[in-house]
Amino acid sequence: MFVVQGLSKTYADGTHALQSINLAVEAGEILAVVGGSGCGKTTLLRLVAGLDTATSGAITVDGEPILGPHPAVGIAFQEPRLLPWLCVADNVGFGVMDLPRGEREARVAEAIERVGLAEHAQRWPRELSGGQQQRVSIARALVARPKVLLLDEPFSALDAFTRASLHEHLLTLWAASRPTVVIVTHDVEEAVSLADRVVVMRPRPGRVFETISVRAGRPRDKLAPGFDKAKRRVLNALDRSLKTAEDHQTPSAGGAELWW
Amino acid sequence: MDASTLPSQPSTSLPTDATNAAPSLTTPRSAVRARRTARPWLLGFVLPVGLALGWELAVRLGLAQGRLMPPPSKILEAFWSLARTGELWVHVGATLGRVLAGFAFGALFGTLLGAFAGASERFRWIFDPTLQALRAVPSIAWVPLFLLWFGIFETSKIILIAVGVFFPVYLGVAGAIAGIDRKLLEVGRVFRLSPFATVRRVMLPAVLPEWIIAIRSGLGLGFMFVVAAELMGASEGLGYLLLDGQQMGRPDQILAAIIAFALLGKVCDGIVVAATAPLTAWQDLRRGRL
Ligand SMILES: Nc1ncnc2c1ncn2[C@@H]1O[C@H](COP(=O)(O)OP(=O)(O)OP(=O)(O)O)[C@@H](O)[C@H]1O
Ligand SMILES: [Mg+2]
Repeated sequence: MFVVQGLSKTYADGTHALQSINLAVEAGEILAVVGGSGCGKTTLLRLVAGLDTATSGAITVDGEPILGPHPAVGIAFQEPRLLPWLCVADNVGFGVMDLPRGEREARVAEAIERVGLAEHAQRWPRELSGGQQQRVSIARALVARPKVLLLDEPFSALDAFTRASLHEHLLTLWAASRPTVVIVTHDVEEAVSLADRVVVMRPRPGRVFETISVRAGRPRDKLAPGFDKAKRRVLNALDRSLKTAEDHQTPSAGGAELWW
Repeated sequence: MDASTLPSQPSTSLPTDATNAAPSLTTPRSAVRARRTARPWLLGFVLPVGLALGWELAVRLGLAQGRLMPPPSKILEAFWSLARTGELWVHVGATLGRVLAGFAFGALFGTLLGAFAGASERFRWIFDPTLQALRAVPSIAWVPLFLLWFGIFETSKIILIAVGVFFPVYLGVAGAIAGIDRKLLEVGRVFRLSPFATVRRVMLPAVLPEWIIAIRSGLGLGFMFVVAAELMGASEGLGYLLLDGQQMGRPDQILAAIIAFALLGKVCDGIVVAATAPLTAWQDLRRGRL
């Protein structure tokens, strides 16, 4: 279980990016985070990954506090951020170099296989398409077997087709080891088709506006009436979250469940 | 007039489009490209070879004297006789030894100080202004001082060359390190690399291409400065050969030494390029695309 308590972040220049964020994510849950631009989604992920320090509040993974980069937390950035001087296999293995060689190679081969890049293992990053690079970056985060996997808009630069196939890849990967996944996205359909719960954030300062549960089996049927309903529900919450005038109270997560 | 020309514009622009497109329609595109890329490097030979042959002919036909500017055959002859007697290799060896020694020191200190300047803001604040001021001094201006300090033998020459090599390497490395993508460094942080591992696994490979370029321009300057060093007094070396040629009134020897300099510089640069090419095979070069 991964818990965020009263998390606030004020940047050095006075930007109030996050204010008292509270989240509790079950092990193996997929949580989507949506919200307008600049509402602190990236800030939240960076804090959880231990790349920045919070102004106040705490983050724990299975009771262990996150004070800096932690082996239990893996992150795939919005850009692939591959090291251009390493081939695909070495990029994937970048974070597990201290494992014994045999185990490392087995894990890397498995991860590359899982993201469907087996025949590209020895190529340079520059020889890959954008979507392939993105998969390498997800495989790199996964190969260290984190308990919590953070994905910051991992598919935002891709076309709808590639995106759909990467959703499938991601769900297969997730099914294999069931990590907790937090995925930031701007795409409501993506959020609803992947996540167990969708957190809608609201800007200035960033905080949780509403949490919508999506209780449906996987793979999800995008033509089911419930799917559309969930989508509309998230869109509606997003709309209201951007009307910052009224001071909205954060509703409890339980009241916003949705079944189909 | 305006009103009458405006509507006709589309029809007048049509023929020019058609003529622009015509060549690619009539001749295969690959043939056009082959003609464009295969020949130009040969074009570069036309001027020097033509001039050399012209001068040779002019001297042979008695149109010119060729005393101050000997014909190519005499220059080659001088070059060949120096090579045959073994004299050339003594001079080449002396020059090469000085360049390599000066280059080694200059490149080493340039890399180290450049790395510190790139990595540490405080180091940069303290040392960079002084180094930049020293860089502004034309390095030849150091010659008299170095002669006084280090004597007229090898030490002063090697130090002068090292100074020449130092600055391009220092600037190149400092710039490369300061310019490392912060996003890649963050990947190292996510996986909790130690500072040493960060240097070895992220920073070094990231600056390698620029380091090689800095090293190459340093080596080029090393050859520039070895001439200055040898002109200030040496008993062997290609620079000595230049000076000797001047004093003996033998332009053919001077030109032979110049040719030797050109070849030596080119060979050394080629060796650096060939030795480092495998290290930067990952780079997204245009060569790999075409
Ligand atoms: N390093 C920083 N220094 C100061 N302010 C920052 C910094 N990084 C982000 N901010 C500010 O914090 C707020 C939240 O930024 P963040 O990047 O978390 O937004 P986001 O929700 O990820 O937006 P987007 O959807 O556009 O990526 C913004 O107002 C931004 O300007
Ligand atoms: Mg963001």
